[in-house]
Amino acid sequence: MIRLSIPLRQALARLSLPVLIAVAFGTMLLGKADALLVERARMALADALSPVWTAAQQPVTAVRRAIAEGEALMKLRAENARLVEENERLHRWQAAALALEAENTLLRRQLAWIPDPAPQFRTARVVADAGGTYARAVLLAAGPQHNIRKGQIALDERGFAGRVTEVGARSARVLLATDINSRVPVTLEGSRARAIMVGNNQARPRLQHWPEGSLPREGERVVTSAEAGAFPAGLPVGVVRWTESGAAEVELFAQLDRLDVLRLFDFGLAGILPPEAVARPEPRGRR
Amino acid sequence: MASTPGPKGRPEPPMGLMRRLDAALRAAFPAVFAAALMVLGATPVGVPGLMMAAALPCVFFWSIFRPAAMPAPVVFVLGLLLDLLSFTPMGIGVLTLLLVHGVAFRAREVLARTSFLLGWLAFCVVAAGAAVLGWVLQALLGWQWPAPMPGLHMFGVAVGLYPGLAWILTRAHMAMRRAEGAAP
Repeated sequence: MIRLSIPLRQALARLSLPVLIAVAFGTMLLGKADALLVERARMALADALSPVWTAAQQPVTAVRRAIAEGEALMKLRAENARLVEENERLHRWQAAALALEAENTLLRRQLAWIPDPAPQFRTARVVADAGGTYARAVLLAAGPQHNIRKGQIALDERGFAGRVTEVGARSARVLLATDINSRVPVTLEGSRARAIMVGNNQARPRLQHWPEGSLPREGERVVTSAEAGAFPAGLPVGVVRWTESGAAEVELFAQLDRLDVLRLFDFGLAGILPPEAVARPEPRGRR
Repeated sequence: MASTPGPKGRPEPPMGLMRRLDAALRAAFPAVFAAALMVLGATPVGVPGLMMAAALPCVFFWSIFRPAAMPAPVVFVLGLLLDLLSFTPMGIGVLTLLLVHGVAFRAREVLARTSFLLGWLAFCVVAAGAAVLGWVLQALLGWQWPAPMPGLHMFGVAVGLYPGLAWILTRAHMAMRRAEGAAP
């Protein structure tokens, strides 16, 4: 241990705060200037901590499951009635879907239609919130030999959740559709009009830039659009909801506040990825 | 460490491995506890800003009651950890925590002697300042106006966490003091 005289030590202690505050501003500049270095540091840290988070996840999941169980027990009767009603409705839809499927197969056969390849997907567990105060993102734990890539699309069991933005050795970060930096090209299913779904850190992202004359209708289904080559067409996103102040929002199908497991789809789309992610020559096996 | 005998009483025994380990653990506890709390705060429980809200009371408390264990370099490292963990623009957590540390450290003579309620009130003011600072920095670094709600939310969670955390940390502080008093 280096021995310093007491006045020198006191002077150093008094100086350390201003110097460190200056270094903090330097960190800000560094974060702006060298985003790649910061990203590497973040993913290295996330990789190191992902086992800890996976372990910490267990009690959280247990508590959440217990609460859900309790809620379900409380309203068992009402839930049952709702399910019976929904089951009837779904039976009717199933009949319609089967008829449509048969018709579709028939038509495809006549048109010599080349079907889209079935997309590859893998499932990963959500272990941490990677958004901080002003962002909406989650961290996924993946095995050491995962093949998760930037730009892959994350869906929960109901619909579109977000996109992979950072990939580490055993973890990946998914920017959720509600994040303020999220822009998703979508199609309004009724009018086939294109629009952009813009995140605003609230539960429901907004709809913007729809063509004049095709106003989104309340309750209209919103699906992804293949425009810009970032998403495949037709992934379920949500339904249109108008607010009282007259803004069109999307109520997402995905339950982003209680994500447990996400499915990551590889559609082989490079889309609007940053240049350094696309320039990397990666053979993408498409079958 | 020199083991010179005191002017009176029994001579100080030489610093054994266990005692050295004990002292090191005691010195490291505040920072390690804060870091562990931040890592656990990242578990997805649906509360945005939980990490910052967990870090603020720790830095505030230790800067007042045990500034030797929470010096500015340690606060800097905690802030860096916060920024890296929460994927926010770099520097926001570092600057916020350093300023909180600076304010608490300057006012520690007064704050250490006030009642718990006044301390909590002072923490409310500091946390509000931290929330506003975080919001402004986010606006500057992200170059767009963030919604004010998450900041308010973070403030609320921090203020709500403070009594519980302060209770635990006070117990730890007392225990450490007793241990230091018992050591010759």
